[in-house]
Amino acid sequence: MRSEAHAHGVGAALSDRVREKTGVDVARCYQCGKCSAGCPLASEMDFPPSQVMHLLQLSAAFPELAEQALRSHTIWLCLTCEICYCRCPMELDIPAIMDALRHESLQQRKVNPRARDILAFHRAFLDSVKYTGRLFEMGQVVDYKLRSGHFLQDLLQAPWMFLVGKLHLLPERVRNRRQLARIFAKTLKARENRP
Amino acid sequence: MARIGVFICHCGENISATVDVMKVAAEAAKIPGVAHSVEYKYMCSDPGQQLVKNAIREKGLTGVVVAACSPRMHEPTFRRACAEAGLNPFLCEMANIREHCSWVHEKGDATTDKAIDIVRTLVAKVKKNKALQPIKVPVTKVAMVIGGGIAGIQASLDIANAGHQVILVEKEPSIGGHMSQLSETFPTLDCSQCILTPRMVEVAQHLNITLFSYAELESLDGFIGNFKARIRKKARSLDEKLCTGCGLCTQKCPSRRIPSEFDAGLGLRPAIYVPFPQAVPNKPVIDREHCTYYRTGKCRLCEKVCPTQAIRFDQQDEIVEADVGAVVLATGFDIKHGDFFPEYGYGKYRDVIDGLQFERLASASGPTLGEIRRPSDGRVPETVVFVACAGSRDPAKGIEYCSKICCMYTAKHAMLYKHKVHHGKPYVFYMDIRAGGKMYEEFVRRAMEEDGVQYVRGRVSRIFERGGKLVVKGVDTLLAARPLEIEADLVVLATAGIAQPGAEELAQKLHVSYDAHKFYAEAHPKLRPVETNTAGIFLAGACQAPKDIPESVAQASGAAAKVAALFSQSELVREPLIAVVDRQAPPVYSSCVGCFLCQSACPYQAIEKEEIRGRDGQLLKTVAKVNPGLCQGCGTCVAFCRTKSIDIQGFSHEQVHAEVLALLNRGERDA
Amino acid sequence: MKTGFYPGCSMKGSAREYSESLLALAREIGRELPEVPDWNCCGATAAHNLDRDLALALPARILAAAEKAGMDEVLVPCAACYSRLKVTRHELLADDSLRQRISGLVEADYRGSAGVLNIIEWLGRVPDLEKLVKKPFQRKVACYYGCLLVRPAGVVKFDRPEDPQSMDLLMKKIGADPIDWAFKTECCGAGFSVSRTDLVARLSGQILDDAVSRGAEAVVVACPMCHLNLDLRRPNIEKRAGKKFHLPVIYITQAVGMALGLKPKQLGLQRHKVSPSALLAPASAKPPAGSKSASGDSPASAPLSGSSAGAPASTASKVN
Repeated sequence: MRSEAHAHGVGAALSDRVREKTGVDVARCYQCGKCSAGCPLASEMDFPPSQVMHLLQLSAAFPELAEQALRSHTIWLCLTCEICYCRCPMELDIPAIMDALRHESLQQRKVNPRARDILAFHRAFLDSVKYTGRLFEMGQVVDYKLRSGHFLQDLLQAPWMFLVGKLHLLPERVRNRRQLARIFAKTLKARENRP
Repeated sequence: MARIGVFICHCGENISATVDVMKVAAEAAKIPGVAHSVEYKYMCSDPGQQLVKNAIREKGLTGVVVAACSPRMHEPTFRRACAEAGLNPFLCEMANIREHCSWVHEKGDATTDKAIDIVRTLVAKVKKNKALQPIKVPVTKVAMVIGGGIAGIQASLDIANAGHQVILVEKEPSIGGHMSQLSETFPTLDCSQCILTPRMVEVAQHLNITLFSYAELESLDGFIGNFKARIRKKARSLDEKLCTGCGLCTQKCPSRRIPSEFDAGLGLRPAIYVPFPQAVPNKPVIDREHCTYYRTGKCRLCEKVCPTQAIRFDQQDEIVEADVGAVVLATGFDIKHGDFFPEYGYGKYRDVIDGLQFERLASASGPTLGEIRRPSDGRVPETVVFVACAGSRDPAKGIEYCSKICCMYTAKHAMLYKHKVHHGKPYVFYMDIRAGGKMYEEFVRRAMEEDGVQYVRGRVSRIFERGGKLVVKGVDTLLAARPLEIEADLVVLATAGIAQPGAEELAQKLHVSYDAHKFYAEAHPKLRPVETNTAGIFLAGACQAPKDIPESVAQASGAAAKVAALFSQSELVREPLIAVVDRQAPPVYSSCVGCFLCQSACPYQAIEKEEIRGRDGQLLKTVAKVNPGLCQGCGTCVAFCRTKSIDIQGFSHEQVHAEVLALLNRGERDA
Repeated sequence: MKTGFYPGCSMKGSAREYSESLLALAREIGRELPEVPDWNCCGATAAHNLDRDLALALPARILAAAEKAGMDEVLVPCAACYSRLKVTRHELLADDSLRQRISGLVEADYRGSAGVLNIIEWLGRVPDLEKLVKKPFQRKVACYYGCLLVRPAGVVKFDRPEDPQSMDLLMKKIGADPIDWAFKTECCGAGFSVSRTDLVARLSGQILDDAVSRGAEAVVVACPMCHLNLDLRRPNIEKRAGKKFHLPVIYITQAVGMALGLKPKQLGLQRHKVSPSALLAPASAKPPAGSKSASGDSPASAPLSGSSAGAPASTASKVN
């Protein structure tokens, strides 16, 4: 690993971009680890939250560390439960940083392959919202199965849910769906630009 | 006609690198009234001073302006030089062209012009200066030490041993402070009480020390060498002269289940109590809040059993007045308590305790007689987790500073625990280990290497209770920040060291400054660490910032040396920069109209009323008069005076006016 | 004061009993809850994970619709939706250029006049709730707040983030006995219910384990997502834990509804995976004892021993 702080012409370091988007200055992190200690999923993560902060701290000097942060499984495992932010002695809004990293990871197509199912679920969710304005749970599940390939998962739950009246076969719809479509067109679709 | 000498200093290159000193000297020579103007590389050097002296003698100067550094640095140097050459020292002024000019501007004409302007204003001022004589005030050679912890004890003993009288004021029933609560002390593990109690006894027996225990400062007036203190002796409900300290009352008192302050709430005490067996003085006090007699009107058992009839239920607080020449503030610190750590269950779980409570558990005089037993069920804990930086270095909780002592006492706690519970498992969660100090690092290494204390680098996120155990959710950032969970029997939080609860109130009584965390502020962070900004009031120990015993003791001895130096002379010489009220010839006598607004405005009670009488004794006028002993030259009265009848010597209206005019009329010829 | 109602998607589907019980309760106490007109999904986790503007625009459209309908505040019973709406309002009010940009996206001038209310705040306003209770809900309950009712504390400004008490107080008002437990605000796994069921099974399992071990007879929740994970995902939880949990999970509105004498059907109690039928039977005289432990309940100030400084105790004495 060598320092390439000024060798790249790609603009600001990841830590600077994160600060611009979230207002959070990662230099304030003094690596106490309280976020990782309290994170419910730290043990599943390739980089627990405090390490993501450290990757960002060094991202200006070592661009490959920025790359590791963007390609990490962590950013997709983060549940936004806010416990890290709540207890951080330096009051760093780590969940906001995770959001910013996810957005950048998605735009740069650096999503960790292990996060495939999680991302498939989010996309299926938003697809449903895009077409109907509200979440159509049945439709979303079908969409998710198609995207993830987990066709058999939860197959036994559906009839029960249908029986107790929790699953509808037809979606509820927002009246002004065109307006919603415009919101999607100007936000997610415009940025993600996926095929 | 004024004959002013101007002396421009290069200060090596500090000034000459950005200011054209030759030009300043040349321009200064053109100012009307300037008889002599030179520049020199180091004006404060011996040859430099000689230049000033020679010019005074040879050119008959009536005033001197040295254009150099801040008057805070070398004004005394040059005033002394002037005095040696026969010029009144108050006819010498400093023009600060370094801090106010060369250091803060780029090289250039504008910078040089500014330096010339500064010189011009001071020349204008010095022309209006008057010869002044220093004021001499007597010194009361009695010191008052506030706070009877180890710092206050040390300061008292040092001052007393120098032959001066000391009044030691302690708010608790006994002296000893936090050190008396400690078990053993780092880095030597000697018993705290064993080394402290001889000092306490020495205080009690010293002929030069008057101890007011269970007493607090009510007010302090006056100034260095001449303070007037009012001390409130709180009612012990006891005639101390009759009490022999036999202890019968404390044994018989029926109200015995009061949490003991000395045992940090872990032990119990009766309503009439002596805080601990080696207390000085060894006389009990009745805690009126919990005493059955004060609450219900019945009991008086202590009175019945007292063999010397010393109990006084109707005793009132007593105010004692004392003249003192110097004050040492040694009020110590506190640690953070209460619902400060909801995520750690501090204040909720009985087995989550603070460092001071652990000291009491480990102390032979403590509630468990030195056995480590947890508060909830008295069991010996098999696993103990120590959490460092509990509140320190935690801006989210309002404390960004390092409490300094916790790394060391936490290592000591873990060690003591291991020494007492051989099979026990101590863990320390830490962020950094700050062990700067003689034999400190070695001490921490010993805890790790010889006593097997497990150090885990990371902050604890949460502690909760489960099945009688305390689940500690921590992390080791050295192990890829993997979360760790430890089931502990006891958790000890090294809670942040903070200022005493009454620190701010006391500071305001004494007019000493304090920082955002209510720790008392030293006059200079490096060069005047034991002085406050108020002359004659000194600092010792943790009231200034968290510090350990050796540091507190060293600072206390430093403060004592300052007091001894002050007391080494019978008179204090003070600068005569004080307020004076206008006096004129009859029939006006004074432009003062006697409204005495100044009197109510004066923070030092320095303004008196003076009656001017005719030859027949008839009262002609009542006017204000400034007591030169009390006046501190703050100028508040000057601002309040409606008839401009008060002036500050050395900074008179006329002088300041001349300075302003010199700036406004620059380039024009002076009047 | 006009209070609108934002049900959110799940209360129309998988959490319809939450909606049923809330509306039954509102009828019982005489409160109107008109829905926000033509409301849309708040975007939930998916939106803020993928796109910031979308995550702000979807809630802003809802809030703007509520404003337009003259609502002074919006009740958002789903804690997840509540968080999205509350965060959006907070961020847009703090940054006017952002507010203008998002207003442009949703084609409405969002002003931020309508407040956002959670279910506990709404229930807490019912005057003299105690007096309305017909059948005191005499159960040991574990009040589960989850993440988003209390965090981020600086945004929601509701209760304290560690060991909150507002739901506990509400439960006491209806005669229940809220237990002191450790998982009040731990995460259940949230939006991973489908995509990472394995993680949900672990996190939700820990929550149930703690509630059961401390003698809870029910977990009370205020979030459809929490309910989904703790109730519908019970088979996954039990499979992973290798043991059965019989602990029912009910919505706070169902608990209050039962205490006010509403019928189980009105409250949708038949729609749970884990049947809450045990809660419908008369409460046993002696509720099962929880694992009350030594360290927990007494105030920390209670002293360790009976010694006094004047006369030290001769032994390290035992503890009360």
